[in-house]
Amino acid sequence: MGGVQAALARPRRQRARAAVTTLPQTPAVIGYADALTARPGDIVTLRISVLDGSRPYRAGLVRLISGETGPKGPGLKEEAIATNIDGEHDGETQYTDVGSYAIVDDLPALSGVVELALLARPGVANGTVQTLMALGPLRLVLDETGAAALVVGDATISTERPLRLNWWHRIAATYDPASGAAHVSSAPLPGPHADREAAASRHAPSGVVPTGPLLFAAEHIAPGRTIRHFTGKLEAPHLRCAGLAARWDFATDIGTARIADRSPHALHGRTVNAPKRAVTGAAWDGTVHDWRQNPAHYAAIHFHADDLYDAAWRESLRLKLPADLRSGFYAVRLEAGDGPPFHVGFVVSPPMTGSGARLAVLASTMTYLAYANYRRRMSPGPFELAMGALPTVDMIDVLLAQHPELGGSTYDVHPDGSGISHASARRPLFNMRPTGRFWNFSMDLCLIDWLDAQGIAYDVVSDHDLHEKGAALLAPYRAVMTGSHPEYFTLEMLQALEAHLGTGGRLMYMGGNGLYWRVTCDPAHPGLIELRRAEDGTRAWAEVPGEYYHATGEYGGLWRRLGRPPNILVGIGFIAQGFDNSSYYRRTAASRDERAAFLFDGVDGEIIGDFGAWGDGAAGLEIDAYDAKLGSPPHALVVASSENHSNAFLLVNEEMMSNFRGVDGTTNPRVHADIVFFETAQGGAVFATGSICFIASLAHDGYDNSVSRLTRNAVLRFIDETPFTLP
Amino acid sequence: MGVFGRTSPSARNPMTAPLIDPARTDLAAEYRARPFGRHSPELQAMLDTMRRAENCQNLILVGIGGNRWMLGERLPDGEPPRLFAGEIFTSLEDGEWAAFKRRWRALAGSELVLP
Repeated sequence: MGGVQAALARPRRQRARAAVTTLPQTPAVIGYADALTARPGDIVTLRISVLDGSRPYRAGLVRLISGETGPKGPGLKEEAIATNIDGEHDGETQYTDVGSYAIVDDLPALSGVVELALLARPGVANGTVQTLMALGPLRLVLDETGAAALVVGDATISTERPLRLNWWHRIAATYDPASGAAHVSSAPLPGPHADREAAASRHAPSGVVPTGPLLFAAEHIAPGRTIRHFTGKLEAPHLRCAGLAARWDFATDIGTARIADRSPHALHGRTVNAPKRAVTGAAWDGTVHDWRQNPAHYAAIHFHADDLYDAAWRESLRLKLPADLRSGFYAVRLEAGDGPPFHVGFVVSPPMTGSGARLAVLASTMTYLAYANYRRRMSPGPFELAMGALPTVDMIDVLLAQHPELGGSTYDVHPDGSGISHASARRPLFNMRPTGRFWNFSMDLCLIDWLDAQGIAYDVVSDHDLHEKGAALLAPYRAVMTGSHPEYFTLEMLQALEAHLGTGGRLMYMGGNGLYWRVTCDPAHPGLIELRRAEDGTRAWAEVPGEYYHATGEYGGLWRRLGRPPNILVGIGFIAQGFDNSSYYRRTAASRDERAAFLFDGVDGEIIGDFGAWGDGAAGLEIDAYDAKLGSPPHALVVASSENHSNAFLLVNEEMMSNFRGVDGTTNPRVHADIVFFETAQGGAVFATGSICFIASLAHDGYDNSVSRLTRNAVLRFIDETPFTLP
Repeated sequence: MGVFGRTSPSARNPMTAPLIDPARTDLAAEYRARPFGRHSPELQAMLDTMRRAENCQNLILVGIGGNRWMLGERLPDGEPPRLFAGEIFTSLEDGEWAAFKRRWRALAGSELVLP
């Protein structure tokens, strides 16, 4: 039994089963690759799970040329590539141990009276037991009511007073194995309306022996398997017994996966599944906002029952990429039974020796990761007030909803309402595919399809490559072309693009709402990015006060707020968004400037892009405009501007100091996208389109249209060695 | 007499009470003709009412392949959408129209019949 039917078999989904007669299928097999980027000749390790029992699945490598564009685009195009993984394989169902915790693996034998203590700030009370500290059969927990309790074997001693959510409490317990005497207490830390203390004492069974490993925020039941995760913050745990007095200090080792024991015993531990660090602790009083200034105020770790860094599935296949594989977007296509395929997408960079292409397509892997496993579109709420249309998903998104253990996206929130600030590549990624929502990965394939159709040579490089290798990655290329929505950037990526332009390179920004949020890469967690949605911005959630600094020490938020507005680099910045339909651009007087003549060679008429695979227009979804106040170069030519946007298009809130009327596409002339061109001092140039769906118009009418010609003119001039000249 | 004339906490706040005038089938016709794109201010106000959290019925369109869409309901707690198996559409426009009619029925108190 597969797909939705399998999910509906669970008791919680009885309601859905009763309402539906026949249902489409979901994929019966999913998986992930060990890296988002590989090179020809590399081995790509694949970890694959058949979801409903051990049975065969089929695998194969495909080069992705075009995604599911809908009826107004070229449609799905895949090219099968023969490799060693072709064919049918034996499958297995893999387990995902979701939920973050900390563990001290090596603990000496414990004897005498055991004392456990820590500070806890619970985030949820959901009717289940949440473990704070676990030593085998001896556990300090929040019971089903949210009250502090000590579990001794099969006995539970509860204070029977639920802790107030989002308030710090000191929780302590003692247990004497000789007598069975047990005591547990909870005391809210002082505050203007602190709750009362609570305590309970009782004789529990004697002779219960606490054993390692010691866990914080979960219980260990088997290697790699934990249960009863805690959602909330913990701080300053202590463990005392005969000959042992350990105290862990979470304020040290922020930015790592290590927790340090300050005692001479040096019982150091590690975090699992990347709980959030650099978070405010019990001592935080608002006097500092940078954790490095006073780490003692940041001595907490925020654990979540839905954190997932590494699914840690067993290796299933080792894909040997052909040595002569061309650079591009690829996927391992997995199928089982009659279900639809599941694509494991990744980027193949050019060989280390280069391919000779003068154009690099920059695949937005940071952004793909930030959006991966986006669940919120399936949650109740007034979605259309912001979007202007019903949310749309497909059966692969439905499958995601059936598997909460695979984690959410940075657009989702944890069970306690805190924003998900981490995104990991070490798990199945439900958006790195050519199907489903026409967005990011699938939208960017429009570039690949068009470049192939134009016969223009290119390589595909990734954000992750750029972050790691910097401007050297771009040195072989005259021009770099972004995807449709390069929203998430590290500082290193920005610096690399700046260096590229600073040495005469050319940049084609082929999208909208780009270079927007800062993300950071955590060296302690390869494949993980961190995002702090600080200050303001068009955002799915708001970072909490005191936690605007990343665990790397970098200040989070919009690059616009960090002194690097996208306008400086690409001439335009995010101005509005709407998701019902798209519009067109109209040429401006500046487009007649002889500096822009090469762009409009063969482009007829005043209107550009009144067609397209998304919303019947080239200007839509998220759009950017020129703004000199934000650093758009004064010599930049705004060669075309969009107009006639719908009511659904709303000015972004970072453009508003306070609310005001008249912010939609029918009333506010600022709601428009600009296409700009400008030269740099070193002979380089920038071309920017300012719309996510611009590239979805490239294929219209057999690739012979105004958007295609404009883009082709820009590409061919940008890969030409002849320097541009500043006006 | 309560504050501002309210007599009961359960009385609807006139600022938030959903009101769809069943006589305004002209606005429904405008929406049917152009569900995406520019709307008249009166239609936009009607849509804003329909799309409020308390009125939107948490509808969703689920792609089932072959450019076909199935109407469904978004559920809380991360549950998969509840799918309405009988309501399959071959365009997003038709799916939006089905949602509009459901909301009209709920808010105007009668089936929507275009002249």
